[in-house]
Amino acid sequence: MKHIAIIGNGIAGITAARHIRKLSNYKITIISAESKYFFSRTALMYVYMGHMKFEHTQPYENWFWEKNNIALKEGFVTKVDTDKNTLVFKDGSTLSYDNLIIASGSKPNKFGWPGQDLKGVQGLYSKQDLELLEVNAPNNKACKKAIIVGGGLIGIELAEMLRTREIPVTFLVRDKDFWGSVLPSGDANLISKHIKTHHIDLRLETELKEIIGDENGRVKSVITSKGEEIECNLVGLTAGVSPAVAFLKNSSIETGKGVKVNKYLETNIPNVYAIGDCAQQLEPTGLRNPVEAVWYTGRMMGEVVAQTICGNKTAYNPGVWFNSAKFFDIEYQTYGWVWAKPKDYEAHFSWEVPNGEKRITLAYHKNTNAILGVNTFGIRLNHKTFDSWISEEKNIDYVIEHLEKANFDPEFYHSHFSAIKKAFKEQLKTDKNCI
Amino acid sequence: MNTTVQRNMSLAGEPPVALNFLQKLAVIVGMFGLGVLLLAIFNVNFPNKTLWLTLSLSSLIFGVLLFSYGAYNNKHAGIKNDAVWFKSISSRGFLAWLLGIALTGFYIVLYFYPQYLGLRTEGSNVGLIGLFDPLSTLLSGNPASQWFVYGTLYTVAILAFGIKFLWKYRHNRYEVLRTISVMFFQLSFAFIIPELMARLNNSEAYNIPYYDLKNIWPLSYYNFDQYRVDGFISSGDIGLALLIFGIVSILIITPILTYFYGKRWYCSWVCGCGGLAETSGDSFRHLSDKSLKAWKIERWLVHSVLVFSVLMTVAVVHSYLNYDASKYWLNKDAFLISVAVFLGVLFAVIWYFKRDELQKDAQYGAIGYLGIILGLIAIHYFSGSNIFIFNPETLRKTYSFFIGSIFSGVIGTGFYPILGNRVWCRFGCPMAAILGLQQRLFSKFRITTNGGQCISCGNCSTYCEMGIDVRAYAQKGENIIRASCVGCGICSAVCPRGVLKLENESPKGRINSDAVLLGNDVDLLDLIKQNK
Ligand SMILES: Cc1cc2nc3c(=O)[nH]c(=O)nc-3n(C[C@H](O)[C@H](O)[C@H](O)COP(=O)(O)OP(=O)(O)OC[C@H]3O[C@@H](n4cnc5c(N)ncnc54)[C@H](O)[C@@H]3O)c2cc1C
Ligand code: SF4
Ligand code: SF4
Repeated sequence: MKHIAIIGNGIAGITAARHIRKLSNYKITIISAESKYFFSRTALMYVYMGHMKFEHTQPYENWFWEKNNIALKEGFVTKVDTDKNTLVFKDGSTLSYDNLIIASGSKPNKFGWPGQDLKGVQGLYSKQDLELLEVNAPNNKACKKAIIVGGGLIGIELAEMLRTREIPVTFLVRDKDFWGSVLPSGDANLISKHIKTHHIDLRLETELKEIIGDENGRVKSVITSKGEEIECNLVGLTAGVSPAVAFLKNSSIETGKGVKVNKYLETNIPNVYAIGDCAQQLEPTGLRNPVEAVWYTGRMMGEVVAQTICGNKTAYNPGVWFNSAKFFDIEYQTYGWVWAKPKDYEAHFSWEVPNGEKRITLAYHKNTNAILGVNTFGIRLNHKTFDSWISEEKNIDYVIEHLEKANFDPEFYHSHFSAIKKAFKEQLKTDKNCI
Repeated sequence: MNTTVQRNMSLAGEPPVALNFLQKLAVIVGMFGLGVLLLAIFNVNFPNKTLWLTLSLSSLIFGVLLFSYGAYNNKHAGIKNDAVWFKSISSRGFLAWLLGIALTGFYIVLYFYPQYLGLRTEGSNVGLIGLFDPLSTLLSGNPASQWFVYGTLYTVAILAFGIKFLWKYRHNRYEVLRTISVMFFQLSFAFIIPELMARLNNSEAYNIPYYDLKNIWPLSYYNFDQYRVDGFISSGDIGLALLIFGIVSILIITPILTYFYGKRWYCSWVCGCGGLAETSGDSFRHLSDKSLKAWKIERWLVHSVLVFSVLMTVAVVHSYLNYDASKYWLNKDAFLISVAVFLGVLFAVIWYFKRDELQKDAQYGAIGYLGIILGLIAIHYFSGSNIFIFNPETLRKTYSFFIGSIFSGVIGTGFYPILGNRVWCRFGCPMAAILGLQQRLFSKFRITTNGGQCISCGNCSTYCEMGIDVRAYAQKGENIIRASCVGCGICSAVCPRGVLKLENESPKGRINSDAVLLGNDVDLLDLIKQNK
């Protein structure tokens, strides 16, 4: 019977395994060096904050795997021998396969900062990182001050985590506003303001220059690009992630930034596929990045590769982009594309609740008026509705007119849609006056 | 993970679970209120009962309010689950066990040894119950009983912790309205109105039994006991109206409201047990067991209790009906036959329309249970003997002891800090079983999932007090349609990605078990659907 080996038990690898199991009775082995059972990486923060125990982050009960005849193997793959279709593990053991799926995920970026390997300097990606954080920052007595470097989604999660233990946090962000490289300035500004209300010392347009250690090799302070030295006990490196593909360097599998794959998620070696964070698309779909490091794309690639392996050769052809996050108390959802620096054909309309905790930004085509995307803060929108509006290129007037159809807020919530409609009409008026 | 388990022993210190100054003050104030009640239990005679009772109850309420103020005042509106699994009280730690034992002890004394609380059949009450005499006399004109003391403390708990809950969820209007609703129903329907109704009984013409109008049979399993029915019948039009209301509640009002809104209209908007669970029990909701095994046990247990309660009620009613219709319009035979016909028709309807939606074990269970009930009725009917196969009085006593007292009180509430706040509602409540069956099969209510947005984080499952593994559905893009869901809305509130929405929409397409996640190419979605 065909044996499918999967390196990585993250969302990508697990989704692939589940769908292969649905479609076939192939032998499946999932390999991970991180934890025996699949857990949700996105929930790591809640364990540190005490909202959940680690076991709650595991979406399936432990009996699930045996019942579905999916073998779990703990171990680190150091070498992939594609001539012999064999994996070599750190402990020297081997495993042979017929098909290999590489779903090895990412690792935190380190940009060669002086002092980046000192004790007390860490990223936040794996279960082990979480355990390390528990050692480095158990409370505000052991950790009197934390510096977070890099204004992305993991950075802000780390800030929120540390604040629940009342650890003072200084947050170094390169852009003019938090996540300013992804969010249009009004949106980014809303989040920046919200971060400050949570007593975070947010340093915008500031980068890390150097990390200084003490005589025990522990972090003592950092020096910023503005020349300031800040004392601290923890440095969180959250300046993005990149594919975890170092173990493939000496194999014949072609890698660039990640494992190079075509539309069918096939690598240059037949019977070897790559999915999830570690894959680098040679022909990315639409405006998407060649490396997509989000939960959803990992899951979708898992669904696709399972089809191909089970005989229905299928291309990875994702639909309308979507994503979501939560910045402290503000939920964020996005559908389609709203660019931080609008493309030349792109117009934005934004509306914000006066107290500044809710906001929506819609992007549409200047000439055709077709809806291109939406960012929403503190207002839940219906994925299905926006997915179809964007793929059907609905007119922005239509979208504004029917916005309540896309409402996903809980019952009895104040609806802002009539205010949004009004604001949109007013903006049209002023636009016309300008012409 | 071992870091979480061992944290209490590590010298490095703990995350901040300590109370702030206001909260410490609040604990002292609350302890004072509790202390007065304790002293009363130990028969300290308070000179001015009205004053001391007022002092005690207001310090209890004020203590809870001050505590909440200390906890939430400085925080943004939003989810407040920080350190829930670190605090001893909310993570089955030492304090949780202490509270559990204290509550359990209180329930045992309350149900079985009220004399230790100061209840006296002759002469005036002493001790704790005596302390409540002035309040009881004020409301109903009668001295207090252990149930009056319990009812008062229950109402105080729902009001005080209700306000705490309102504060905690002030950003969520669904939670706010729902909580105001349970607070209102507890204060008026459960507490004040029945006491005022008792005043009517001062007149010769009335003999109305204590009646909390929102307490519907089979939750109030005693509603059709002979003494109550006699009381209703002998109290003129009002009494008769109340008796009819009791029957209409379960046979007409309940099915209609459940069709439109799901069981939540009752379980998390009206019911007193639900009210206590949602307010005082809120700090324990995450302790419910989410395993598949627990779900299996739940289904067998709760439906068995339902069958037991139906059987018990039929036997009891039957026992006091006559063969001829001189006293009650309904005679024994007519009653039994109509119950059998009603259950038979109900079963046939479910079987005809919804058989495919029932899992195998549910099908067996349904057939088995119907068989038992009809069988017993038949044995009785054809044997012509006077006794039901079990003695009705024994049945009634057994039910009231095991289900009415031990299960719903001692375990259901006493074990809040250990098993979670909805143990009774989930595993034992026959009313919840009826509502749940309907919610699963004939209702517009469902929890909709938002396309592909779920990140499988598990907040929803962790905080579901009914132990529903919400994530299991959400991460597949499936709607959640579970008999046990009480519609508390917390899963939707705690979801960091806005994935869940409680809705009453058309029943068509409510169950979407072959749904696939949104986001991928449309052709693939079709392909996956076909393969299913
Ligand atoms: C704190 C945090 C929060 C996040 N929040 C969000 C969010 O809200 N929304 C979102 O869309 N995305 C989020 N992400 C990103 C998302 O979690 C990732 O995109 C996703 O988990 C990637 O899944 P994957 O299956 O590709 O890889 P991973 O989940 O990284 O799994 C790869 C596994 O392979 C193992 N592995 C790697 N190499 C080897 C080897 N040689 N031998 C054996 N095992 C190996 C790794 O140890 C790991 O267990 C977050 C990430 C983090 C860290
Ligand atoms: S599923 Fe959600 S709404 Fe239903 S009981 Fe659980 S938490 Fe409450
Ligand atoms: S809380 Fe929301 S995102 Fe998390 S598992 Fe539940 S539905 Fe998914």
